[in-house]
Amino acid sequence: MKKKGVRLVLTMLVAVLVLWFLQRLLMPKYMSGIPEGAMIAEYYDSEKIHDVIFLGDCEVYEAFSPCYLGERYGISSYVRGSAQQLIWQSYYLLEDTLRYETPEAVVFNIMSLMHGEPQNEAYNRMTLDGMRWSASKWKAVQASMLEEESVWEYVFPLLRYHTRWQELGAEDVKYLFSRDKVTWEGYLLRVETKPVTVIPEPIELPDYTFSGYAMEYLEKLRVLCEKKGIELIFVKAPSLYPHWYEEWEQQVDAYAAEHGIAYYNFLELAEEAGIDYRTDTYDGGLHMNLSGAEKLSDYLGKKLVEVHGIPVRTGEETYQNVWEPKVKLYHEEIEKKKSGVPEYE
Amino acid sequence: MNFTSYEFILLTGLILVVYYCVPKRFQWMFLLAASYGMYASAGWMCLVYISITTFSTYLAAVKISKLSGQKADYLKEHRNGMDKEARKAYKDSIKRKQKVWLWIALAVDIGLFVVLKYSNFFIGNINALCSGLEQWKIIPYTEFLVPLGISFYTFQSMGYLLDVYNEKENAQKNYAKLALFVGFFPQLSQGPISRYEDLSRSLYCGHEWNAETVCFGLQRILWGYFKKLVIADRISIGLKTILAAPEQYQGIYFGVAMIFYAVQLYADFTGGIDIAVGIAQAMGITLKENFMRPFFSKSIKEYWNRWHISMGSWFKDYLFYPLSVSKTMLRISKKSRKLLGEEAGKRVPVYLTTSIVWFCTGIWHGASWNFVVWGLANCAVLLVSRELTPVYRWCHQHFSLEKKKWYPVFCVCRTVVLMSALRMFDCYRDVRIPVRLFFGMFTENNFSELWNGGLLRLGLSMADYIILLCGAVLMLSVSLVQRKQPVRKTVSELPYPVRTALWLLLFTAVLLLGAYGQGYEESQFIYNQF
Amino acid sequence: MEELMEILSELHPEVDFEQEERLVDGEILDSFDIITIISEIADTFDVVVPAREIVPENFNSAGSLWKMIQRLEDGE
Repeated sequence: MKKKGVRLVLTMLVAVLVLWFLQRLLMPKYMSGIPEGAMIAEYYDSEKIHDVIFLGDCEVYEAFSPCYLGERYGISSYVRGSAQQLIWQSYYLLEDTLRYETPEAVVFNIMSLMHGEPQNEAYNRMTLDGMRWSASKWKAVQASMLEEESVWEYVFPLLRYHTRWQELGAEDVKYLFSRDKVTWEGYLLRVETKPVTVIPEPIELPDYTFSGYAMEYLEKLRVLCEKKGIELIFVKAPSLYPHWYEEWEQQVDAYAAEHGIAYYNFLELAEEAGIDYRTDTYDGGLHMNLSGAEKLSDYLGKKLVEVHGIPVRTGEETYQNVWEPKVKLYHEEIEKKKSGVPEYE
Repeated sequence: MNFTSYEFILLTGLILVVYYCVPKRFQWMFLLAASYGMYASAGWMCLVYISITTFSTYLAAVKISKLSGQKADYLKEHRNGMDKEARKAYKDSIKRKQKVWLWIALAVDIGLFVVLKYSNFFIGNINALCSGLEQWKIIPYTEFLVPLGISFYTFQSMGYLLDVYNEKENAQKNYAKLALFVGFFPQLSQGPISRYEDLSRSLYCGHEWNAETVCFGLQRILWGYFKKLVIADRISIGLKTILAAPEQYQGIYFGVAMIFYAVQLYADFTGGIDIAVGIAQAMGITLKENFMRPFFSKSIKEYWNRWHISMGSWFKDYLFYPLSVSKTMLRISKKSRKLLGEEAGKRVPVYLTTSIVWFCTGIWHGASWNFVVWGLANCAVLLVSRELTPVYRWCHQHFSLEKKKWYPVFCVCRTVVLMSALRMFDCYRDVRIPVRLFFGMFTENNFSELWNGGLLRLGLSMADYIILLCGAVLMLSVSLVQRKQPVRKTVSELPYPVRTALWLLLFTAVLLLGAYGQGYEESQFIYNQF
Repeated sequence: MEELMEILSELHPEVDFEQEERLVDGEILDSFDIITIISEIADTFDVVVPAREIVPENFNSAGSLWKMIQRLEDGE
């Protein structure tokens, strides 16, 4: 009897191990090609001594560079951005972040207010798969799922990626138990340049009011920050399209004014920040490249220190020890990329 | 709830665990609660419908049973005081009362079943018939929620009721127990249609944990999922492509569809039964087998004795025989013999009952005319082959076919082809399409599609075909090995590490190769503009 | 009994009905045969076999068939 019990336990152990291994093998690694899928998980490797946390979609992780902010202003920050991060995902990512640290300020890119319902399964996966398990992740999954999705596919990603055995490649084996860094403290480094040539005409929308669901989460975000004594700051990156409508701007303005939240709309501040759409974007106006990101970081960094009282950590040993090697590598990477990479197609 | 939904699997696992944790005498009550819970998750109305059927069946059965008891007591008491005539008169009076109860309950059961499942079929036909009339207002279709498994549990209830009426069974006096018999959850998705006699034996008594039975049950479930997820759900991708465009896929594609559908139906249905039987087995409950390697049958008659056995025997016992021996049929028999002579006249009632039974079998499968045509086509094949019996006998004698080794193989192939061809009526609502496509196979010479890559454009990749082929070979081998003893028994005799590895391999195969969930496509994950 | 044997052997001349005891279980008689037998019985013995009597036990051998007929003739 006892022998049988041991045997059973051993068998179960082997089975679980095999399944765990298969899951690791089959999950996309996002190390080349689509690094956006690896961004959320990378945060857990960081030192988690941040004073500023950025939240939002691609507009935020292409627009603000924590390494630059650290080097230039002594601001310790991290970008918890991800591709098409929906506002409820931002909220739960903040909840998740608060399990590790409580920053002085949260900078939220308000673009995602435009979405009032779950959008795309692939982007859901890229944002949620990387999150560590907690009640926040569970709630984020519940809030984000499309109708055809199942929460069990998040609990056991093997169920979602089981057909990937047909696409397995060297990358899947190489990064089985490790991963490379794909971002610089959440900032996705792009050095190519593709000037703005055309701006698509904005489409007329039937309704410009932000959905109740999105606003509900904005409110939750604000209340959570208030409760934790975190200053909430709104930004809008200077992407020329998708179009940012005047009606939307008014709603954000009203909300910010009502609750005394600082709001930097870089579409309006672009000139002041020195953005040049011929040199500062890598994809014709959707996203900033390094040059654009540094200009925006410059502008915002100054404001963070002067207006919002974010502590300057320059000279503090803990920070200096973390930053120095990173900043050094950051510059090396920039040099490498600038010399090697062709124009963005 | 669908067998292949995550929720079903999870809940079933949970039910299994709790089942062995509750005291034995409460196990059946827990099962009832679990079954109703599953049912309610599909919609509260489903629970109402199944309760109506259960209640009417329960009430009538109890009443009928009581009358039978009364009758027995009375006859015993007056054993000496009654002559034959008086006894008969008394019996008839009781029978009449029982008949009233029987028909009331049958009317409720069948009525509810027909209204829920066939309303739109009737409405569609009436609309079509009357469309020529002036001032005809089109009747709108109903939007009933057709409860899962209604065809199964309604027939199971009626079978029980008829058994009680025929004094083969005593009525179940405990309403909750009958409710469990009607609503036992593993059967609700794909059957089988159990007999009260069989199921009641193991349904209500407590079951001790028995590692071997539980293991066998789980293994059977796993095998069922393999058939369903890896084979049936994969091949149905290709099948759907062909069926969706009958104009585009003609000629040999019809043959391909025939094979695909035969494999899909077999894997899906027997897989579903494996899951149902396996779940029951894991709880110590025995469900009767519903399939006996049907594709090894040498004739259509044999095939129907081995495919969906519980349905075939239901129709035989509760429709075919009663209809055949009914007074009306005997009258028809007499008349037809007088009119047409002995030989031909004898056939009329048999043909008539057989046709009625197959009409019902057809429409039971689906509420549309193509299923009726399918049923009647089966009937025609059965009757023709019966009439040809003398011819076969003659052939057998003259060519001594029985001794030839290839003859049984030929018979098996003939059955498979015939059944697969007839089954195609299931697939097209318009009956003319499969007929035209069938003959198109012989006129349209596009065999080259088989090897020029045409098959790879049906939504199935080379990898899919390889998996399907291996899966089919595995199914076939299991069927062959199974003739001696269940494969699970054979495997259980292997050394522990080997057999464990085998089951783990099968589990992994289901997990990785199953065509479930959202297929992964790299392109979905290509980052664009956000 | 003789009349019954006649009915049976007309149906399946190749079967030894004296000996065979698994007519239904051994799949010698199919459902068509059974209803043919029933209608012949009705003609010959003037006995109506009700549906409830159509169970394998009653049809498995000539002997059990005969017993059933007698029982039905007695009206029990």
